[in-house]
Amino acid sequence: MAKAKKIALSAEEKAAVKEKRWAQIKRDKWMYLLLLPGFLYFIIFKIVPMWGILIAFKDYGATSKFFGAAFTRDWVGFGNFKSFFLDSSFLQLLRNTLIISGMNIIFFFPLPIILALLLNEMKVQWYKKVIQTLVYVPHFVSMVVIASITFMLVKTPSSPTQSGGALFEIVKGLTGKEMNALGGGFAIYWVLLIQNIWKETGWGTIIFLAALAGVDVEQYEAAIVDGANRFQQLIYITLPAILGTIVTMFILRMGSVLDTGFEQIILMQNTLNREKSETFDTYVYQYGRVEGNYGYSTAVGLFKSIISIICIQTANRLAKKAGQDGLF
Amino acid sequence: MISIKRRSIGDIIADVIIYALLTLIAVVMVIPFIYVIAASFATEREIQTRPIFFIPEEPTLEAYKTVFDMNGMGTTVLRSLLISLCVTGVGTFINLFFTATMAYGLSRQNLIGKKPLLNMVLFTMVFGGGMIPLFLVVKGLGLYDTYAALILPGCISAYNMLIVRNFFLELPRELEEAASIDGCSDIGIFAKIALPLSLPCLATFGLFYAVGHWNNYFGALLYLNDPKKFPFQLVLRNLVMQTAETSTSIDELPPTDTLKMAVIVIGTVPILCVYPFLQKHFAAGVMVGAVKG
Repeated sequence: MAKAKKIALSAEEKAAVKEKRWAQIKRDKWMYLLLLPGFLYFIIFKIVPMWGILIAFKDYGATSKFFGAAFTRDWVGFGNFKSFFLDSSFLQLLRNTLIISGMNIIFFFPLPIILALLLNEMKVQWYKKVIQTLVYVPHFVSMVVIASITFMLVKTPSSPTQSGGALFEIVKGLTGKEMNALGGGFAIYWVLLIQNIWKETGWGTIIFLAALAGVDVEQYEAAIVDGANRFQQLIYITLPAILGTIVTMFILRMGSVLDTGFEQIILMQNTLNREKSETFDTYVYQYGRVEGNYGYSTAVGLFKSIISIICIQTANRLAKKAGQDGLF
Repeated sequence: MISIKRRSIGDIIADVIIYALLTLIAVVMVIPFIYVIAASFATEREIQTRPIFFIPEEPTLEAYKTVFDMNGMGTTVLRSLLISLCVTGVGTFINLFFTATMAYGLSRQNLIGKKPLLNMVLFTMVFGGGMIPLFLVVKGLGLYDTYAALILPGCISAYNMLIVRNFFLELPRELEEAASIDGCSDIGIFAKIALPLSLPCLATFGLFYAVGHWNNYFGALLYLNDPKKFPFQLVLRNLVMQTAETSTSIDELPPTDTLKMAVIVIGTVPILCVYPFLQKHFAAGVMVGAVKG
């Protein structure tokens, strides 16, 4: 298989190689059969939809034919993109998406790391197990259930004799303000953030705990002999040990800035807060699936996909440059 | 002896703070569940007058009676639970079949065509046609408003598949060689050796897939039209959204809060039942590094 040999191949040898390859394919025929279902899945549900990108450049409505899209004449060039960029909602979507993502990166991202470090300090193993069991649970709760609980917690009282939800009452007690969290103010962003923190903080610790488990115990023993206290051990041994994981996770997170918890937002969205909560994904859903404006919404989705792929590539390159293992 | 001497006052204080903090965090994680359960057994009046509580003053089974009232919403709830159960069962089986066969195929050394296939999978992980083209494909295949639309479009998670493939790659090669010398075909090796050896790994992903199916409402929202076909999560969503949009009044709309809480409890119990079996395998499911290769 060496490359140098390839140049010197005669026609005869080429034929021999070909035959050998054919024999190899025949030998592996059952492997190809095993690959077939997965292969078909990826072609039909992953590759074929990319064909649909064509309709981003067309005036494509609910009645148009999908597979015939290439042959009809309703091309509009970049018209869909143009009307999206010129639409006032473009900046609004960008702003909302960046606020939601930014708040998640600033406030949510450090929490699993801190929680993992705290768990790592626990020496009573059975108690650690109990805590882990409890903090992982929310990850498995459906978004619909989380939304329902949220509605209960933030609801405003419907009459003076009644009480609002727990969070409503807490905010009222602290600030004296009667807050309608889902009523169009900035509060919707905090609601989304808290939901995310509750659901994913515990689950997010797993990857850091795995990294922490790999730290050599001898390092701690040596540090103790040298008189390092616990805080110093944390700074000089534990943190450096998981720094690689932290950097990788952070850069990967930066790579998906435009991905906002879309099923989550659609559930929390209502007519009052739409201006604040509409993001690229929910916009695509609204215009495409609900209103049947397929060409336009595909263009919006495509724009988002392209920005995302650029972000992921950049983030991956940065990760490698920082001396970390990238994803690809 | 040394370890006892080393425990300074600062150490003890740090320990107390750490344990207290973690206990507090765990409690915060659990409080919403307790509240939901308590509220499902409470009267509507109590929910509307107390912001939060963990033991209802006048416990009642009214909400559950209404939920299972066959002349009212009972048929809808039970039917949707049954649908969810079937979609989860069949869907998970299909997930595992597709994932395992493809992962095993891709784990063969020197398989001609493996590299392009792997690259295709990696490419689909970072780029896709998007929601609407996929919707049009599903519709074009005649799957709109069928349960197949809830199962097929997501039947392999590329990420899970690559982790399972990694697992297959780590199986000892000698076993397969020995079986092959004994005249076992590749499919035989897969079914009789690779699959049984990877059972714990597959069980983990099976449970991940199953939870995904059980919790999925969006697939149904996107692909189903007939309310009679709605799975549980979508029924719950519609129930909750009915008042969420008009949350200012509770008098005219039928689904009361206590009723919603009862439905939530019914829908979350299955997950909490499988959870203990799931837990010890969690770490296997989140290995980022496994995607490389």
